[in-house]
Amino acid sequence: MTLRNDLDRGPLFFRDRDWHPAAYTPGYKTSMTRAPHRPLVAMGSTLSEETGPAFGHSMIGERDNNLILNFTGQPAIGERIIMHGRVLDESGRGVPNVLVEIWQANAGGRYRHKKDSYAAPLDPNFGGCGRTISGPDGAYEFLTIRPGAYPWPNRVNDWRPMHIHISVFGSGFGQRLITQMYFEGDSLIARCPIVNTIGQDRAIQALVAPLDMNRAIPMDCLAYKFDIVLRGRRQSFFENRKEGL
Amino acid sequence: MQKLDYLKETPSQTAGPYVHIGLTPNQLGIEGIYPTDLGSSPIRPGAQGQEITITGTVQDGAGMILRDALIESWQADANGIYPGNDPRGAADPNVTGWARIIADFDSGEWTLKTIKPGRVPFPDGRLMAPHIALWIVARGVNLGLQTRIYFEDEDNSSCPVLARIEHRARLDTLIARKTGDGSYRFDIILQGENETVFFDM
Repeated sequence: MTLRNDLDRGPLFFRDRDWHPAAYTPGYKTSMTRAPHRPLVAMGSTLSEETGPAFGHSMIGERDNNLILNFTGQPAIGERIIMHGRVLDESGRGVPNVLVEIWQANAGGRYRHKKDSYAAPLDPNFGGCGRTISGPDGAYEFLTIRPGAYPWPNRVNDWRPMHIHISVFGSGFGQRLITQMYFEGDSLIARCPIVNTIGQDRAIQALVAPLDMNRAIPMDCLAYKFDIVLRGRRQSFFENRKEGL
Repeated sequence: MQKLDYLKETPSQTAGPYVHIGLTPNQLGIEGIYPTDLGSSPIRPGAQGQEITITGTVQDGAGMILRDALIESWQADANGIYPGNDPRGAADPNVTGWARIIADFDSGEWTLKTIKPGRVPFPDGRLMAPHIALWIVARGVNLGLQTRIYFEDEDNSSCPVLARIEHRARLDTLIARKTGDGSYRFDIILQGENETVFFDM
């Protein structure tokens, strides 16, 4: 038996389901018919959750993480920001080679999507997606514009706070995660039924990116820092083995 | 007492209705940013094994078919080796193992063309029946759902994962039905009668 405590091998930490939002959250109406009602079948991870595809830096284009320019080459309208941080695991280690993909509304709060019919206009120079792969220490960054808040059909007057959707793909399929980043100081955060699907305030705060003036570029753009934490990996030296094996 | 200073996993939030902008922009019609969408196929020409096509839908508790679901699939090659970081060695170079599948914007139907995976060992060494792991996200789904596709025409009787399902009648929800030579049907029901088994693994 070899010790398997590498960054990309070994059993996954168990997910803390009280920390994540519950499936059935009436404040967010769509969840009511889409939440499983039966208990999840729970067990430790297997190779099917512990393995995952390899993503190489060669898959990523030079402008993929620049949402200001990656659609037409002409700059998108809006407040220029850097979004940056590190991808870590629950043991605090930086995780390299993680595929980080983001999507967002434009500065007016409008998505480039056939299902979005909000009154704010599309920006002809803003597509709304970006992607990158984390570096050797887990670091990643995007250049984008601050997305606008927008109304959505839920209760009569619900508005989404400014947010960026983030998809992260670590080394194991069982680490797969989608979340949203919010911005420090946005009064709409506390009022948002989607934010409030999360039960614990400390968990909500983990999704709010602080303004990072050390990373802002004078006369150019502001910066927000957002670290992302993936499920950790257990040392498996004493992992489930029958006695005597 | 010392401090147990693990970090907490980043809390999940719904993928929302506009997930295609980020994950499948070309299929949505946003062209020119990425040359192709990632995960467009889990196999390349020359992949060993039986070619199969799985078709299905994702339905909610009111019987409505979701038009905004996104599914990712992950599987081993025909010999039961995972591509990427399987500690047991290298997989078939023509099997990437991972696919991103979206429900059709009009019909809600999704299709996965792949090869049938081999058996993969459970942590204690027993073999799991051939399966494809799925991760499902959509508007209204607060945390991605984990499930698996097993196959009607395989021996599923000794799979240690399926053995954990206490309500044996529910086991059928994980088994793709054969509809023809190499073709299968697998509908995912999020809630209610015949609700699909979802895992916490």
